[in-house]
Amino acid sequence: SGLGKILGTNKNYIVAEVEYREGAEDEEQGEEGEGEEEEPKEDEDAEPKEGEEDNIPQPDYKPPPVIPKEENGTGCNKKTYFVCNEPGTEWVKLPPVTPAQVVCARQIKKFFTGDLNAPVISYPPFPGTEINYLRSQIARISAGTQISPVDYFKFEEDDEDDSDGEGRDSFVENVEFEPLRNQELIDPSLSNWVHHVQHILPQGRCQWINPAVKTEAEDFDDEEEEEEREEPDEPVPEHGPPLLNPISEDSEVDSMPAWSAGLTSNLVPQYAAAVLRSNLWPGSYVFGLDKKFENLYIGYGHKYTADNYSPPAPPATQEEYPSGAEVTEVPDPTVDEERALQAVQQEQLDREAEEAEMEEDDEEDD
Amino acid sequence: MDSEGLTLSVEYLATTGIVLSTEQKAALQTSLVMLQNAQKFHKVQLWGKVVGIKESYFIACGIGRGNELLDRKFLYSQDCMKWCMLPILADSRALMCRSLSGRFIGDPTYEYEYIDMRLWEKEKKLRRRQTRFGERRGQISGSYRRNRQRSAHRTQRSYVKTATGKIVTNRSFEGLNNLDCKKLASYFHYRNTPNTDKINLLAKATLDQSIDFLEHIETDLPKGCWALHLERGSGLVILKSLLWLGYSFYHVPGTRKFGSMYVGTGEKNIDLPFML
Repeated sequence: SGLGKILGTNKNYIVAEVEYREGAEDEEQGEEGEGEEEEPKEDEDAEPKEGEEDNIPQPDYKPPPVIPKEENGTGCNKKTYFVCNEPGTEWVKLPPVTPAQVVCARQIKKFFTGDLNAPVISYPPFPGTEINYLRSQIARISAGTQISPVDYFKFEEDDEDDSDGEGRDSFVENVEFEPLRNQELIDPSLSNWVHHVQHILPQGRCQWINPAVKTEAEDFDDEEEEEEREEPDEPVPEHGPPLLNPISEDSEVDSMPAWSAGLTSNLVPQYAAAVLRSNLWPGSYVFGLDKKFENLYIGYGHKYTADNYSPPAPPATQEEYPSGAEVTEVPDPTVDEERALQAVQQEQLDREAEEAEMEEDDEEDD
Repeated sequence: MDSEGLTLSVEYLATTGIVLSTEQKAALQTSLVMLQNAQKFHKVQLWGKVVGIKESYFIACGIGRGNELLDRKFLYSQDCMKWCMLPILADSRALMCRSLSGRFIGDPTYEYEYIDMRLWEKEKKLRRRQTRFGERRGQISGSYRRNRQRSAHRTQRSYVKTATGKIVTNRSFEGLNNLDCKKLASYFHYRNTPNTDKINLLAKATLDQSIDFLEHIETDLPKGCWALHLERGSGLVILKSLLWLGYSFYHVPGTRKFGSMYVGTGEKNIDLPFML
């Protein structure tokens, strides 16, 4: 449905957004399941070899649990994207985005080269190639800038309980939508437009998932132990702005509003369309005219930051064991010192023996 | 981009996202001609558009009959009809403007506060701050000056320096051929800072004073700050600057057609070394 162009250094990308009908995506899931099964086998081969030698101390470090990606059709992966370099060349389907990729993409800023298999060399190291970086940037741009006039979409009329904090994530087109006049659409308070794509949480997903929750297979073994063991601090659930949030609540960018509004023409305002430009993602445009509206992105695919980009610092080095008396090495005593010690000890023994004899003598005398 | 044939030339830059609406094209075509007449320019070019938060500025450049390179005046407009002159900045003012960062607002009379950090450190105890105001126009002026100095460029041999030092268009320039147009060395900076120290002596011997008086863009650091694209097979060469995002230059190989335009926020891309 949507379209965009991402400029690159060697070639550009033309991006098309697609929503699959139900049932059309089952093939892909089968391939991914096979990939996961291969890994546990490798671990089993490695273990028996280590048991033969002395067991080297294993590091205590457990990497933070991998946050699972969202299912196709929900959250960040609600839409599928196809890209091509030039109109007329083949369209390539972009793989679904994982939270780790989104989290990393937020910390790096790299130009796209135009080659989908190009590596993304960055710090922190990006888990994937350019095709994944492109997909995660597209996900961030969609979440940040896809907007629609207020009331164009509305929530379905189910009485869902919002108490579990998950929020609603689906909407339908409002059949009774009344088109707003241009003056209302370009109103500087920006209250007449809403986001219709879910905001991506800091975790990298749209629906928060508790990484400490274990899967079912492990539960059967450790159920009793878990209850006794103290749980580490529960991660705090992350909240983001709900779906269909008006853009007037978008945070300001460097003390200027997140969106700039204007008309396409000042000479003939009666035929003009309302245009909104994003200041946070430069290159993102939205126009609205009567009942039609459309989102468009033409740009390099980066967020606008007033300050220059600084890569994150490397993590602090691990500290060594604190050096105290128990751990410090003391030089071994030399032969002379040992003899001196022995002589002193011998003297003491002799003296004690003498005193003991003297006491016995005294007792005998009495 | 020359004002003659502006409507057609702007099509060449459409792949980079630079477009003009019908209304803007119509307004520019008429107003630039009128401007040329009124100010007695030899040629008028549309330099580009600086997008501000509320409004955008269109910038035009009028070239006088004297030196094509040096005799240029810049003008700005918000509605493509009424053009006002941009002031020529003194170097000290230009330095001040360089330290201002952030987007343009769109209001020419907006005043920026410039804090002189050197004085702040020396007089820490007294806590006095020296402030100077730089007007909006001053900032555009400063920005375009940097921008123009660094990005405007032309193809090789399209300008000729006469014996008197005057720079005029080379009428026998026929355009680059297919091989040369793919090399970055065929494109030159269109600015007046002849830095001949960079060229070694051997190369200097073969240089022709009348043609090779501009620096070519291959020596620009960081390497890779220019992106060269071939569109339409090799029927169109687009050069994009990655340092000033939004600046594009086009050339149709084999013909005399070339031009450039800047459409962007007017900010330098300082993060370039991280992004390459």
